[in-house]
Amino acid sequence: MTTWRAATVASTARLTSTARSIVLDVPGWQGNLAGQHLDLRLTAEDGYQAVRSYSIASVGPGQLVELGVDKVVDGEVSPYLVDEVRAGDQLEIRGPLGGWFVWRPADVGPVQLVAGGSGIVPLAAMIRARRTSSSVAPFRLLYSARTPDDVLFAPELDNAGDVEITFAYTRRAPDGFARKPKRLDRTDLAELTLPPADDLTVFVCGPTGFVEAVADGLVSLGHDPARVKTERFGGA
Amino acid sequence: MAVISRGFGGRRRRAEEDLPPGQYLTEDFPVLSAGPTPVVDTAEWEFVIQTETGARHRWSWDELQALPIEEITKDIHCVTRWSKLETTWRGVSLDTLFEQVETAYDYVLAHSYGGYTTNLPLEDLLDGKAWIAFEYDDSPLAPEHGGPARLLVPHLYFWKSAKWVHGLVMQTDDEPGFWEQNGYHLYGDPWLEQRYS
Repeated sequence: MTTWRAATVASTARLTSTARSIVLDVPGWQGNLAGQHLDLRLTAEDGYQAVRSYSIASVGPGQLVELGVDKVVDGEVSPYLVDEVRAGDQLEIRGPLGGWFVWRPADVGPVQLVAGGSGIVPLAAMIRARRTSSSVAPFRLLYSARTPDDVLFAPELDNAGDVEITFAYTRRAPDGFARKPKRLDRTDLAELTLPPADDLTVFVCGPTGFVEAVADGLVSLGHDPARVKTERFGGA
Repeated sequence: MAVISRGFGGRRRRAEEDLPPGQYLTEDFPVLSAGPTPVVDTAEWEFVIQTETGARHRWSWDELQALPIEEITKDIHCVTRWSKLETTWRGVSLDTLFEQVETAYDYVLAHSYGGYTTNLPLEDLLDGKAWIAFEYDDSPLAPEHGGPARLLVPHLYFWKSAKWVHGLVMQTDDEPGFWEQNGYHLYGDPWLEQRYS
């Protein structure tokens, strides 16, 4: 059983009006694969505890671990992490966890990433892992966000080198943006993602409804279900 | 030495002493799946128990529906930390299905349409502990929740309740299934918080 480790908040940075990057200093952290998550435990002064899982945005060695947390309005943990926690605060983490929704630099096949909202976090980790490993695996990202202001890691994605990135918006698009704001549909997937191929791996991460729709659409376009890896999240 | 998180605890949920450790209550029904949701037509659906002799005990959808159907009300606990209380299901007890099955093996690997697998001790499927469920909350079980039929083993973490269940293969040993090969606990008792291996 993986044990809990004390972690100190090293720094925080606002990502959007509702999301924040939190960098944790975790002595003894052994690194993680791109796509893995961790359990985070908060303890109140009276001993009350709450635990939630968060995807890890960072990869590689070192004891600094970055999370990207989006606020769930009626949640009890994410509002604390997004609005209250500050450098020097302490919490506990356990991980890294998960061995399925991961990309390894040794994987040479092409990769299609499809993100919905804060589902970008583990996929951003994969883009980072590709860059730091000098992998030349073809990467393409389709990122659906509510508005341009809701894009996490926007500056980094703008400088993602030869990763082909397509944004899609559901609520409001930038001026002059050709595609009207709407949810991703099968036509979008056909036009904006890599076609089915034997060596292609697809990673889809986002809210449950988003992942259901995207995964169903990909299968209907001929993708092998076994090559479509999904990570769904609810709230809290 | 406890680690205290400064300022945390102001928005806590109400106390949940009925829940296994580390769980919180949800009114939703979140989904945990590793891939796309398979589409399974009940006209083609079958459930098969295969034993060490190679015998295959097979039920079609209609044959399953003709067996005694039970109403089940149980709390369910997902490894991703949500719990949902008093969920209601209809399905056929595994006791009924195993009445005709002769086996000396102690373990089971459940197989799903779509390729998912999960391992269980046989004794965790018998004596009123497990069902093949096809209705949830008075409606046919939705595909994203495992419809047309899923295994229902509510006393273990819910990944053991294989969605889109297709059959059981008797095993001599407790061979790990899909999530068990990917970091989850071999058994998965929520009250002992057996989340990860």
